[in-house]
Amino acid sequence: MAASLRGSTAIVGVGTAGIGQAPGRTHLELLAQASASALAEAGLTLKDVDGLFTSTLVNFFPTLTVGEYLGIRPKVAGGTNLGGASFVDHVMSATLALNAGLCDVALICYGSNARSGAGKHTTMADQPPYELPYQPRMPVSAYALAAARHMHQFGTTRRHLAEVAVAARKWAQLTPEASERGPLTIDEVLAARMISDPLTIRDCCLVSDGAGAVVMVRAERARDLPKKPIYFLGGAAAQWQRQVSAMPDLTVSSAAESGPRAFAMAKLGPQDVDVVQLYDAFTINVLLFLEDLGFCKKGESGAFVSDGGIAPGGRLPVNTNGGGLSYCHPGMYGIFLITEATRQLRGEAEKERQVAGAEIALCHGNGATLSSEVTAIFGTAATV
Amino acid sequence: MASEGAGPDATFREYLQQGRFMIQKCAKCGAFIFYPRLLCTECGTSDLTWQAASGSGTVYSTTTVRRRAEQGGDYNVAVIALQEGPHMMSKVVDIPSADVAIGMLVRAAIDQTEGGPLVVFRKDA
Repeated sequence: MAASLRGSTAIVGVGTAGIGQAPGRTHLELLAQASASALAEAGLTLKDVDGLFTSTLVNFFPTLTVGEYLGIRPKVAGGTNLGGASFVDHVMSATLALNAGLCDVALICYGSNARSGAGKHTTMADQPPYELPYQPRMPVSAYALAAARHMHQFGTTRRHLAEVAVAARKWAQLTPEASERGPLTIDEVLAARMISDPLTIRDCCLVSDGAGAVVMVRAERARDLPKKPIYFLGGAAAQWQRQVSAMPDLTVSSAAESGPRAFAMAKLGPQDVDVVQLYDAFTINVLLFLEDLGFCKKGESGAFVSDGGIAPGGRLPVNTNGGGLSYCHPGMYGIFLITEATRQLRGEAEKERQVAGAEIALCHGNGATLSSEVTAIFGTAATV
Repeated sequence: MASEGAGPDATFREYLQQGRFMIQKCAKCGAFIFYPRLLCTECGTSDLTWQAASGSGTVYSTTTVRRRAEQGGDYNVAVIALQEGPHMMSKVVDIPSADVAIGMLVRAAIDQTEGGPLVVFRKDA
């Protein structure tokens, strides 16, 4: 039955705002700015929005707060919080709601002033009680434990991890909107300040401001709107645990489940994907997800990313805006996987970073400490 | 199922106060469970019993959390594979964190900390 969702909805507008630094702005102001941009692209207004999907790390009632701020009275709202993967999950919730006729225009949105609002960072209430006493520096220590295990088991090296950070920077250098565009070498990553072994500060995502928004409608309506529609082809969410210590195997994330299910819905495989957006909160994420999603075999991601394998001109274009490592990371990056995939599939990315002839994009969101994994696959009209 | 008196979480902590590291075992399917829960995560039944943990474990993964010396210096965080099967977060103490290696055999101890008794591990001699 799930196959009927394939191609049933489309992204008709995306927007971003305040990428990097936006001093003086609240997270809701940034969210509203991105939402206005996305709706303007779609030729729609806030009054057309009757489905609202949002999540933040600062609002206990995200859909209520955001709905009131935007003046929306949605018929359906979803505030599922899977951490940074939430917005990829919201794509599926929106697709279900649109297909069921519960709403006609779904707005998926996010905003954060995590950088400029420094000091107002809320501590998440949900601190796992059986991990907390050991003072892991979360989330980085969780990913450090996964990286250490991957290195032990497969011979992955810190240099492999550094390749991911340098590739992200090279994509960011081609992306005017990206917040970190300075030079970065493998040796500089290796020599950077260690945070939680084996991860240095350069293996960690940025702490930035930023907002993103995505507008979705049913496919038949998408064809009448101004922008080239980007169709939802398949998606799946998986969760195996909340705490990193509860992972039975630190080298396998539940992306190994979400990926195959998403590909099955899309009737596609990894070999069909032209451009890939992976949630790179830390460099190890990219290695794990390349393996778990089937772009290479388990344990072989180090070789896959070596010699600029995922950098511009490499064997697979990954995180073509610079990702969470160099584009922006305001706390929950997932929305930016979708905005970038859309821009690539429309052919709107700046010339040097536009993946030529891109027809199919994969977005993979990760949340908390390798806790939630959500995969969504999008394509142009030719792929539906 | 009674819903009064000490639940699994409080019971675990009471045992720790007594200096005992106890884990749960499912009387129906035999699965060992950590952290303490109400229902077996393998078969879903509520017939979980307590037994003393063997205390034997292996370092499954390890990291050194870097911290300024004036704030107490670097420290270890590890995931320990208990001999009974479950993994738990802990720390390996009494050796430099950099010397803690994956695969190292370790033994549980209960250390008194500011937050109360805590299960930690030491390298098994």
